[in-house]
Amino acid sequence: MARRSIAIYGKGGIGKSTTTQNTVAALAEAGKKIMVVGCDPKADSTRLLLGGLAQKTVLDTLRDEGGDEVDLNEILRPGYGNVQCTESGGPEPGVGCAGRGIITSINLLEQLGAYDQELDYVFYDVLGDVVCGGFAMPIREGKAKEIYIVCSGEMMAMYAANNISKGVVKFAQAGGVRLGGIICNSRKVDNEQEMIEEFAKRLGTQMIHFVPRNNDVQRAEINRKTVIEWNPACEQADEYRALARAIDNNQKFVVPTPLPMDDLEKLLIDFGLVDGVAPGTEVVA
Amino acid sequence: MLLRHTTDEVLERTSLTINPAKTCQPVGAMYAALGLHNCLPHSHGSQGCCSYHRSALTKHYKEPVMAATSSFTEGASVFGGQANLLQAITTIFTLYNPDVIAVHTTCLSETIGDDLVQIIAKAVAEGKVPEGKHVIHASTPSYQGSHVTGFSNMAKALVTYFADPEAAKSKQITLMPGWVEPSDMRELKNLAARLGVEVTLYPDTSDVLDTPHTGKHEFYPKGGATVEQIKASGGSLAAIGMGPSASQAALEALQSKCGVPGTLLELPIGLQATDRFIDTLRTLAGVEVPQSITDERGRLLDVISDMHQYLHGKRVAIFGDPDQLVSLVEFLNLLDMKPVYIVTGTPTPQFETRIQTALGGNVPEAKIKAGLQADMYLLHQWIKQESVDLLIGNTYGKYIARDEDIPFIRHGFPILDRVGHSYFPSVGYAGAMRLLEKILGAFMDRQDRDAPEERFELTM
Repeated sequence: MARRSIAIYGKGGIGKSTTTQNTVAALAEAGKKIMVVGCDPKADSTRLLLGGLAQKTVLDTLRDEGGDEVDLNEILRPGYGNVQCTESGGPEPGVGCAGRGIITSINLLEQLGAYDQELDYVFYDVLGDVVCGGFAMPIREGKAKEIYIVCSGEMMAMYAANNISKGVVKFAQAGGVRLGGIICNSRKVDNEQEMIEEFAKRLGTQMIHFVPRNNDVQRAEINRKTVIEWNPACEQADEYRALARAIDNNQKFVVPTPLPMDDLEKLLIDFGLVDGVAPGTEVVA
Repeated sequence: MLLRHTTDEVLERTSLTINPAKTCQPVGAMYAALGLHNCLPHSHGSQGCCSYHRSALTKHYKEPVMAATSSFTEGASVFGGQANLLQAITTIFTLYNPDVIAVHTTCLSETIGDDLVQIIAKAVAEGKVPEGKHVIHASTPSYQGSHVTGFSNMAKALVTYFADPEAAKSKQITLMPGWVEPSDMRELKNLAARLGVEVTLYPDTSDVLDTPHTGKHEFYPKGGATVEQIKASGGSLAAIGMGPSASQAALEALQSKCGVPGTLLELPIGLQATDRFIDTLRTLAGVEVPQSITDERGRLLDVISDMHQYLHGKRVAIFGDPDQLVSLVEFLNLLDMKPVYIVTGTPTPQFETRIQTALGGNVPEAKIKAGLQADMYLLHQWIKQESVDLLIGNTYGKYIARDEDIPFIRHGFPILDRVGHSYFPSVGYAGAMRLLEKILGAFMDRQDRDAPEERFELTM
């Protein structure tokens, strides 16, 4: 099987890292060989897989040793299910250039041979919105070929997903990157599943899975674990397994068709989010 | 025909610049910083920037231009340049011991958003800046403005960092010369001295970039305004800023910070602009103009009227920095010449208005353009459409002059292939006389070259 390279995008705080790591854990459980590249200066994209944050980031090596003679083993650590975990890292908030950091760190990983190993999947977990060229690095130059956007039924999450789709269109025209689907990470918004299904359809893609809200995710996180590792028998673990299967079997890769702002707002109104009235409800005067 | 691909058909361009009539902001910031005594300019960015800016100045002045760099690496561009600059400050004060480090930014450090105010404050707080020494800065991203903007920003920084609102009130007048040659700064000081007016001039690159050969290398030459002089300028009777593009920001800063009343003039190049400069100084200081200056003016006027036949109606194309161009155009207009094409790569508000004022309605056909698409290529296209009798500009004009076989006078920055600009002024009456001599020489050389044998004149 050819290696698949996947980038996960989505609004900040939407649950990209949690979703990615749980999905990766489910894929690993199913025997896949995986590398996760965290592209967030906070360096918390592999915490659940590694059982903690104590990892030297790619850019830490640049800071300490000037980028020379870096040992790949210092920055690439095996986690749950032998998933290879690495974090780009980056500057403290307010200084330097985090975007340049992503570019530098992915180039360094390539130089150091991180991509030479036998892998079924490479996952890139990318910070928030695509704000500059650096954060688009994982989908440039044919690195990640598939993108999944984590979204909820909240307006700003959908707005961000729509914006990210615009970025995908640009890179899709220049290279082979395609949108694989929207992952709905539920926030228990009214009519959430139906609305995201419709939103995905309008974008020309699919809602690849609806991940219900479940406090087991938080319980596992407190224990620095994915739910797959923390309690393989729980319901939520099965949800992530289902998402992992859907991704593994996915055949639908598209150039998305982002919505005009008006259409996006109308979608929210149609599904009763803006005025709080559910569809089909008669408003009694 | 090095520029043989240039056509006479001018197409509308929105984003393409070909052979720009300008260079980087830090070149100007570095030049202005050199006008401060015992100052080491410092480029906060990668090494290549600093090398280029130093060599641009070195090639023009034929003097070694010293400047330090933060030497950004990949790591500095990711984590910010604070660590590099802090280390640089320590190293520079330890090894090179300047009075002032004048830091200017680069495109890279501006884009990643390095906060120089914070970094310099940290250097001071950590004791990296020795007692009595200073670190100042100017923000100089090259994707805005030009080298003139960089000069203006650093000139303003001299005021904002040093000019003292509490300075003792004095009768001296502060002169801000704008971007002119060391020879010009020397001439401005001479004129003031002959008028009997006490002045402080800054930035002042005389005796920095035109130093005498003594057999001994001075890392910091004797020239340049001192920190004490700039501090004291806060108590000046008045200030004169020359050239809005290069001096207005500093002049206004001195006015708002220290309450020094400022007068903004065009550069005193040519007869009328020099008249206004002399008259402003005379009025502000309450002095009489000495006979020697009046005589100098009279001699200039005499040459102008004696040689009028060679000048009248001659079409001129001219490019360079906005402040220089405005005064030169006014002088050419006075000589009854026709400056028909006027181009500056420096984006300049009010440029066309200033040029039209200088032309006084005498050259309605003049084409005037400033900004990104006002480049040497456009100037060349205009010349191809209808040629000119003379081209005036920096060394890059030699390609157009050669291809179009036009007499060419070098003026402005940079001049890489001739000497004289740093030694002979173009400001003041003496400067105007020199410009006039060069213009006449160019026309007469051409006449001699092209005259048939029977018309080859002994007396001209």
